[in-house]
Amino acid sequence: MTASQKSGGTSIILNNEELSACWSCGSMRAAHFCSSCGKVQPPLPADYFSFFGLPRKLDIDTAALEREFYQLSRKLHPDLYARSSTQEQGWILEKSAQLNDAYRTLKDPIARTEYLLKLEGVQLQEQSKNATDQARATGAVKKQVVPPELLEEVFELNLQLEEARMNRMSGEVDEDLAHQLQQTKRHLQQKFDLLFQELRGYWAEWDGLVAHAEGGEDTSDARRKVCDKMVALLNRRSYIRNLVRDVNEVLEG
Amino acid sequence: MSDERVVGIDLGTTNSLVAFMQGNEPVVIPGEDGSSLVPSVVALDSAGQIIVGSPARKHLIETPERAVYSVKRLMGRGVEDIQEELKLFPFRLAEDLQPGEVLRIKLGDKDFTPPEISAFILRQLRRNAERYFGAPVRKAVITVPAYFNDAQRQATKDAGRIAGLEVLRLVNEPTAASLAYGLDKKKNGIIAVYDLGGGTFDISILKLHDGIFEVIATNGDTHLGGDDIDNLLISIALDDIQGDLGVDVRRNAGVVQAIRKAVIEAKIRLSSEPEATLDVELPAGKKYQRTISREQFIQLAEPIFQRTVAPCKQALKDAGLRPEQIEEVVLVGGSTRIPRVRQLVEELFQRVPHSELNPDEVVALGAAVQANILAGGSEATEEMLLLDVTPLSLGIEALGGVVAKIIQRNSTIPASATEHFTTGVDGQTNVAIHVLQGERELAADCRSLARFDLKGIPPMPAGLPRIEVRFLIDANGILNVAAREQRSGKEAQIAVQPSYGLTDDQVESMILDSFDNAEEDFRRRQVIEARNDADTILSALAKGRSGPGWQQLTADERKRVEKLEKALRAVMEGDEYAAIRKAIDALNQGTMHLAELMMDEAVSSALKGKTFEQVEVGEGPSAPHPFAPAEFKTER
Repeated sequence: MTASQKSGGTSIILNNEELSACWSCGSMRAAHFCSSCGKVQPPLPADYFSFFGLPRKLDIDTAALEREFYQLSRKLHPDLYARSSTQEQGWILEKSAQLNDAYRTLKDPIARTEYLLKLEGVQLQEQSKNATDQARATGAVKKQVVPPELLEEVFELNLQLEEARMNRMSGEVDEDLAHQLQQTKRHLQQKFDLLFQELRGYWAEWDGLVAHAEGGEDTSDARRKVCDKMVALLNRRSYIRNLVRDVNEVLEG
Repeated sequence: MSDERVVGIDLGTTNSLVAFMQGNEPVVIPGEDGSSLVPSVVALDSAGQIIVGSPARKHLIETPERAVYSVKRLMGRGVEDIQEELKLFPFRLAEDLQPGEVLRIKLGDKDFTPPEISAFILRQLRRNAERYFGAPVRKAVITVPAYFNDAQRQATKDAGRIAGLEVLRLVNEPTAASLAYGLDKKKNGIIAVYDLGGGTFDISILKLHDGIFEVIATNGDTHLGGDDIDNLLISIALDDIQGDLGVDVRRNAGVVQAIRKAVIEAKIRLSSEPEATLDVELPAGKKYQRTISREQFIQLAEPIFQRTVAPCKQALKDAGLRPEQIEEVVLVGGSTRIPRVRQLVEELFQRVPHSELNPDEVVALGAAVQANILAGGSEATEEMLLLDVTPLSLGIEALGGVVAKIIQRNSTIPASATEHFTTGVDGQTNVAIHVLQGERELAADCRSLARFDLKGIPPMPAGLPRIEVRFLIDANGILNVAAREQRSGKEAQIAVQPSYGLTDDQVESMILDSFDNAEEDFRRRQVIEARNDADTILSALAKGRSGPGWQQLTADERKRVEKLEKALRAVMEGDEYAAIRKAIDALNQGTMHLAELMMDEAVSSALKGKTFEQVEVGEGPSAPHPFAPAEFKTER
């Protein structure tokens, strides 16, 4: 993604001060529909958490999120407004897109974490496949931060990959090498899975700080530290993912 | 309200259908010939009349240069993407076609774009529906292959508009089929829909949850279907003919079409018989005969069947499911009648697939269900909601010709993405954006959707403008784009250059042409129908006048009836529909008493010497209100 999200803290949380009167009946309205006349309200630039009325916490009950998604879909899907005015149809299109975007992002643990980090104004180091390919194609030197604990393994792996590629070009088959690569891949896969456990630990730290902040405590320093840890973890994660992909490419030809 | 009636249309490669929701049941509307299938064949006869459906089929053999079939394969495509099709299908392109222009297909001495040809089919379906309802039809839901890209969807929507239809929604064919299947089963669970039609293949995996039909993943091939099997058999037959008989009939379009007809018939027979014989008359009194066994057929077509496997596996992978987690598999499309296809599906999903609903009709039935939902719903559909996905990732071309994905495939639609762009040179006032669809890494390998030119950016140092572009895929799977320069707050203009497609102006002029005609057609038909009704009532009246009932009327009554009769005769030759209808209604009212007397007479004379059950009223009046037209049984 090349999208640079709005910088930290500027996202709008839906609260009563920011809600204007209903366009149709003029009385006070709730977020999506007027609480008085039930008419759909224009979309507001809400962040994904507030769209679902959730605090910015990371450990989400995804089953409850799915229920809420279905419930809101029953109210916000364009199918239900096929006979409404063009203006209302336009709003509903925006709102249902927001709903789907929000659900898609929040239900996925990694996308959710990345999204929160962006909301907090953190620029993620791009280790994605897209960024890698883009760098490859443009010849730009992409900064690849090798996670220190992987340095030795990565060095070894790159040699093996190089050898395997050469073998393939010359049509040679090296069973031993393939076996070693398989083993490395399994090892990387294990590391990859373990990272998720680690991430859950940071979620707990983060969610605790959010709770403290709600109590009026200044947690900004501590929050930044957790963010940094999550960023480092995500970078390590995508680094490993790319390695696994490279191994797969070589193994599968 | 009759003009609010929304019909569901399956615009297929081989056949098209129109259906609607009658009470709680979706039903297919038959054409004048009583058949629910309208073959997707369009011909231009020597008198310059457009002919659609079964009557057009004979033109394929007799005047192949004036007929076209499988035009769906060309929807939303450019001349460079159809080179393969041109080898296999007798599409005749207009000679003056410019690169980048929308395709035009020659029918006789005229040429038409694929959306226009599809619009002829849609208009025929619309007519069938109007004939059935006795009222105009203006709104429709049209189905498209789930794997159709933006351009193919836009072309289908254009076809609807050209046919004078407001397309309320494009629904994916497998999803529509699941609606038809899910109607009576209030079930929760994961289902797969395997849809192998005449020209397209789709696989969709859905999660059913209390009436919500949520598509989790979809995949497919928009150029894979029964056509491919036909073409394979045709090319084998052509080789045979050249080898055995020493004649090359490849350039004889009429003979090729006769061979095509024969291989299709053989293919169909092989689904129920162990063997089938091809028997085609060739020029100069020669004959081509060959018997194909089912084993041979399977062996030949297996590579085509196998092409459906990878999309199924990819869809499962995208859904994060193993085959055994799929609870039910539904078969859709005529090609799923082939026993080997069923077997393959069973192997893939380890489950006996469902095929209770007619695989030719199920998509149209589902479209009718969705049409009903959009029209406000009914008891049968009130809990039902469709959450579909975009089949292909949306991306923009970034530096070095790579694609940066902004909306991933299988995202629930509507879906959106906001991207920011800036300038690279001081004072630059426009930025070009290339939007693509597809899964490949390089722009050159993806489908180009459009090039946008963001214009009117206020001159600023390079990198300073901040242009926000919002990409939104709507519930039809069609992309909408809006842009804004944030620093100046100015709405940036977007000049959309669709890579393959008609401009709004082009569609608009096509609409006007055919819309006028459609209105005119409908009005003319109404008048003809009213005249027929007038004839019916007048001949019934003539009959009544010669019977004893007439004498039982008072002189006043008789005079009144004669006056009304005269009034009807005076207007019925004119073309004022309302006037004819009004005169018919008046005469109907005026002859109410006469009808009752005739009824009594008929009953009592018939009863003489007969038991009650044997009573036959014969051709005469059979109801107290005998002259009312018997059509339009549906609720208004």
